[in-house]
Order: sequence, then C-alpha cells, then structure tokens
Amino acid sequence: MNDAFSLPQSVLVLGGTSDIARATVRALVARRARTVVLAGRDRRGLEAAAAEAGAAGADRVAVERFEATEVERHCELVQRVFTAHGPIDLVLMAVGVLGDQARDESDPEAAARVITTNFTGPAAALLAVAGQLRAQGQGTLVVLSSVAGERVRRANFVYGASKAGLDGFSQGLGDSLAGSGARVMVVRPGFVRGRMTAGRQPAPFATTPDAVAEAIVEGLARGAETVWVPGGLRAFMALSRHLPRALWRKVPG
Amino acid sequence: MGSSRHQLLTGWGRTSPSRARVVPASGMGRDSLAALVSRPGTGGVIPRGLGRSYGDAAQCAGGTVLDATGLDHLGSFDPQTGLLTVGAGASLDTLMRTFLPRGWFVPVTPGTRQVSVGGAIAADIHGKNHHGDGSLSAHLRSLTLATPTGIRVLRPGSGPEDPSEDARLFWATAGGMGLTGVILEATMQMLAVETASICVDTERLPDLDSLLAAMASGDERYRYSVAWVDSLARGRHLGRAVLTRGNHARLGQLPPARRRPGEALAFAPATRLEAPPLAPGGLLNRVTVGAFNEAWFRRAPRSREGQIQPVAAFFHPLDGVGGWNRLYGPRGFLQYQFVVPFGAEDVLRLALERCSRSGAASFLTVLKRFGPEAGPLSFPMPGWTLALDLPAGRPSLAPVLDSLDEAVAGAGGRVYLAKDSRLSPDLVGAMYPRLARWRSVRDQADPEGVMQSDMARRLGLVSPPRPAPPPPPLLTEGRSQG
Repeated sequence: MNDAFSLPQSVLVLGGTSDIARATVRALVARRARTVVLAGRDRRGLEAAAAEAGAAGADRVAVERFEATEVERHCELVQRVFTAHGPIDLVLMAVGVLGDQARDESDPEAAARVITTNFTGPAAALLAVAGQLRAQGQGTLVVLSSVAGERVRRANFVYGASKAGLDGFSQGLGDSLAGSGARVMVVRPGFVRGRMTAGRQPAPFATTPDAVAEAIVEGLARGAETVWVPGGLRAFMALSRHLPRALWRKVPG
Repeated sequence: MGSSRHQLLTGWGRTSPSRARVVPASGMGRDSLAALVSRPGTGGVIPRGLGRSYGDAAQCAGGTVLDATGLDHLGSFDPQTGLLTVGAGASLDTLMRTFLPRGWFVPVTPGTRQVSVGGAIAADIHGKNHHGDGSLSAHLRSLTLATPTGIRVLRPGSGPEDPSEDARLFWATAGGMGLTGVILEATMQMLAVETASICVDTERLPDLDSLLAAMASGDERYRYSVAWVDSLARGRHLGRAVLTRGNHARLGQLPPARRRPGEALAFAPATRLEAPPLAPGGLLNRVTVGAFNEAWFRRAPRSREGQIQPVAAFFHPLDGVGGWNRLYGPRGFLQYQFVVPFGAEDVLRLALERCSRSGAASFLTVLKRFGPEAGPLSFPMPGWTLALDLPAGRPSLAPVLDSLDEAVAGAGGRVYLAKDSRLSPDLVGAMYPRLARWRSVRDQADPEGVMQSDMARRLGLVSPPRPAPPPPPLLTEGRSQG
C-alpha cells in the first residue's frame, strides 16, 4: 500500500532496464518497496536490474518479458502481474528510445518504430494498467515523459512528438482517473546523462538518473501531477514555449 | 441490505485516499450484517465509524467498507449502576449529550467527541485519565462482535491474560483495529459525576525536565492530566509546556448560582468556527505555529488553581473548529504518537529535537503519562506518550520519522496504530511483541482473512487471502527469484 508520503510497497516497472528506472527502483526500495516486478525486452539487462533490486533490499523480485510494440499482449501481461503480485502500488512507465533523427527523417518506417515504441505501445499499456488500478481502488502511475515533448523542436521532432503524445495522453488519463483512488504523475526530465544519451553533448539543464529518481520520490509525497527535473526547467520552458517559431526552429539538438 | 455506493475514502489526516464499495449498516438486520461480514466479496471488508483515525485504518481499497454509524441505537441504561449498552455506531458526543445531564460521563474520552463507540473500542482509546483509569477496554463489560464465523458476545474475563477463547477474542478486538470483525454493540461502565465541569489546575513549566518531574510527582492527585508542549522551543527551552490537570468538579465547587441540578450538569457545546473548505497548503508553518505557540505559552498562567471549565472546553477544544483537519491543506497531515517506557525519556527529547530541526512545525504537541497495558494490539503501556501533528506533503519528514521509529522500538516503545499512516511493517512486531498471539486469535475468528483494511495490508497485520494462481504463461515467459 502507499503510505502517507505516497511511498509504495510494490512496484511494477515497464521498461525495467532503463537507467532512470533502475535508479528509481533503488530509491523506492531504499524506502518502503519490497516487491519489484521488472518488465522489459532485454532479458540480461532485466536480470542485472533484478539482482540490483534484490541487493538493495527487495524481498520479491520478478522479471517479465515486455515488448512495448506488441500491444496485443499488454492486457494479458499486466493482468498476470497484478494477479500474482498485487496490489501494485506504483507502476513506472519507463519505455522509450531516442531514435536517430537524421535517419528517421528519411526512413518513415524507422520513424514509425520510434513513435510506436514511445507512444502507441506505452499508451496501450497505460490503459491496461489504469484498468487494474481502478479495480484496486488505489495506486500511482508514474510516466516518464520528456522536456522534448513540452514543445517539439526541429532538431528531434520524431522523438519529441512521440513524447508529446505520451505526455498529453497521460495527463488525460490522469484526469479520467480522478476519484478512482489511482493517479498519474508525469515526469519531464531534461537531458539525462546515461546509456540513452551516451556520446551526445549534454544540453543545458542536464541531469542524472539518480536526480530524476529523487525528484520522483519527492513528487509522490507532494502529490505532484507534473515533475520537472531539474525543477528550473518549469520556468525555463514556460518562457521557451512562447519563443517565435523562427527562433525556436534554430534551437540546436 | 442498504444501498451501496463507491467512494473515495481517507482518514482524518486526508492522506492515501483509496476507493471502496461503502455499504451502510443502517437498516441491515443482524443476519444480513453477519452474511456481509462472512462473504464480503473481493477485497475484503472493514467497518468504519466517524473516520477519525488519522491514517488508513478504516479504508479498504478495492473492497468493502461497512459504514457502521447507522448502528447507533441506545440500548439499555441502568441509572443505579451506570451500566450502558449502546450500538457501536453511536458517537461519544451523543453519549455525553444524553447522559451527562443525568449525571453520567463516559469513562474515557479522547481529544474529540466525534468518535464512534465501535471505533473507540477498535483503537482502545485512551484519554487524559489513562494514568489512573486505563484505556477504554478497562471499562467494557461485554461486546457483541460479528465475526466472519458468526456473531459472538464477548466478555473480558479476568483480563488480557485470561486464557478462555471468548476473553482472548475480546482483548484481540479492543485495539484490534476492526480486524476481528464488526462490533455491533457494547456495554460499558459510565462514570458518575456531580457536574459537567472540571476543576482545573494549570502550570507553566520552563523545560522538559521540570515538566516530567511535575507530572511524575503530581499526576496521582488528578483524574485528568495532559501537557501541551511548545514543539518549536529549542535549547534550554526544549520541552517548555503548559500542564493542565483536573478532576470532575463537585457541586460545592461551582459558583452558588450554577448549582441547580439542571445547570450544573448542562452540556451544550457548539462548533463555533468552520475551517475553510479549500485551505491552501503551508498555512501552518514555522512562523504561524511559532507565533501561536509563543502566545499560547505566554497566555497560560504561571500557576493557577481551581479554575472551573466546562468538560467540552477541557477535553475537546478542537471540536470547536469544524473540519480543522483541512487547515493543513490538500496534502493533509499525519500525527506521530508514540509511547516509550519510563526511563526512556531521551526518546522524548530526541523526537522534539528532530521534529523541530526538520522544520516541520507541529501545531499540537501533547505529552501524557500512561498507566497499565491492555490487549495485545492496544497502544498504551506504562510510560510517556508524545503526540505531534505534522504536515504530510513534506518528503524530508519521512526519513526523520523512520529514524524515530527505530529509537522508539529500540526503547521498547510503540507507535499508535489509530494515528499511523506511514509505519514500516518491519517494526510492527518489535513494537507489538504480542502480535503473533493476536494473529492466532484473529485468524481463528476469520480463517479466510476477509477482514482487511489498507492499514492491515500496509503493515502486514492480516495474512492476505490466497490469490488465485496466475494463468500459465502462454505468451510471455516469467520468472521469480528471491
């Protein structure tokens, strides 16, 4: 169950091998989480993340195969996890790929794969999870969005648009859950140093997986609906949102 | 069966909301109540009274919450002995309004009258008279309990150690947080009084040591004793307090004009103020609480004896502000109340220091001395109990309270489950060493584990009903470890 600080005792992660997911699991296990289910497509990565959660103090750790694009399998997987390990107090949606903007612009199929992985697949999974949380009468859905989805930029619009879709979908889903006992918290990190961004030049407001994890824990206690990491991005984006397009399209990647 | 509806519920602290099917008990016969308790459907069932427990004790996410406030019949009252039989849904407020004018007071009252008899028993409430009179269970003669295995009439026998099955279930129910079944009715011994007033002595104490010394040496002269502590005072002022103690006023202690029977026993408290429905968070902060504390401390007399106060003013000052829990804003608040045995006074100091340093301003900080212990899950034990009100939307507070839990458990103390909304399940067993015994008695009355609550799940009090085995993994592979 979630306690007065919204700290969960059981956690399901979709996209369990991501750096942010692993840091968040470590942070939650350091508090109250004892049951951790990690779902993802990289079996060996999941095993490593599971071992890490166990070492951090989780009593029950399970791994599940989850491929975001296989939307027809989401309901069955989510139901099975909730039946075997429920109640699940917190579900973290951490699926996402950055894609390769230059290639994706000239390869429509590759672009579609990015969008399916980041938006269509997660959206279907979020609906499956929301149904379980409704029946359960409580629970938190934490969705990893991105500052890139707040206002889509020329330099990474395939990725940015997919996150914009997920972000908007999650907000609407959160509103639909009002009064159900379940809620959605959307997390918008800036540039996060890690595997996903290896080899790229850090952008301003760069942050780390551990900082995102701590911001999530803090946002839970505050009852936040949106969490920016770092927090300064909120004000920065409030201004950037109104930059003229002629300037905005020149913001580099 | 009454009409059920789905509803989002929280405790008085307004944290951790969860949704459940709420079934009103009003109009349900005993048979349908017994049927509901034995077969509540998915998610289990928990009774709920007036919702004054602070945390998640009277919530049952995804299950059924039985609204017991309809079980409010006043059964029989014997004006010779003061024995009262009353429905579990009746409030202490109703009991006072009905019986105080007739010269009888409730044996134990907490800081609010707005609690149900059933909730009061399930939390085994204590009052300012615990040092002499014990908790509510000490004043119960019998209770009627609808368990999942049938309706039982239980008596306390020779006390918490009585080995008979009925007595064991009685003592598992008093303090059992509703998890042994639904209390339908109770018979309690009321207290004969001559007036509806308390004769109060007030003292101001400059620090914790002088406060503890004053309480240890003087409490025996008073039925009621409690200290309000300035939670923000630090250094040499740490623990400065206003100690108020009193006894029921005798008729002769009232001013002559108020000695007529109708007037001496008159009880007419009113809610004078209503907290705004949408108070912003942060209203109660270091500055406002600090200013209040300073004023409260200064306003109290250095020493005053024999002040005559109406019972409502003495016991329930917060009942004068309707919905005061909203003052903490939308994120709600929690109350941290613990007891440590005599000799572990260091933990009191530690709690005051840590909370003051964390910047969390406790609006209401109360210290009192406890007397004897009761049933296995009952909170009080001989020692000191300190209660702090703290805002919940402050993440930095969580580790502070976790470390206090360790200190409290290490000293042989415990936190109060009726106030709890955040304790770790790892420490419940250390704090309540008779937990295993309680569980075995509970499990006998409810072998399938249908009595459930959010608190029971959070603290692992009741083993969950066995989930149906998951379907075999047809499409995906799964693996469990550890």
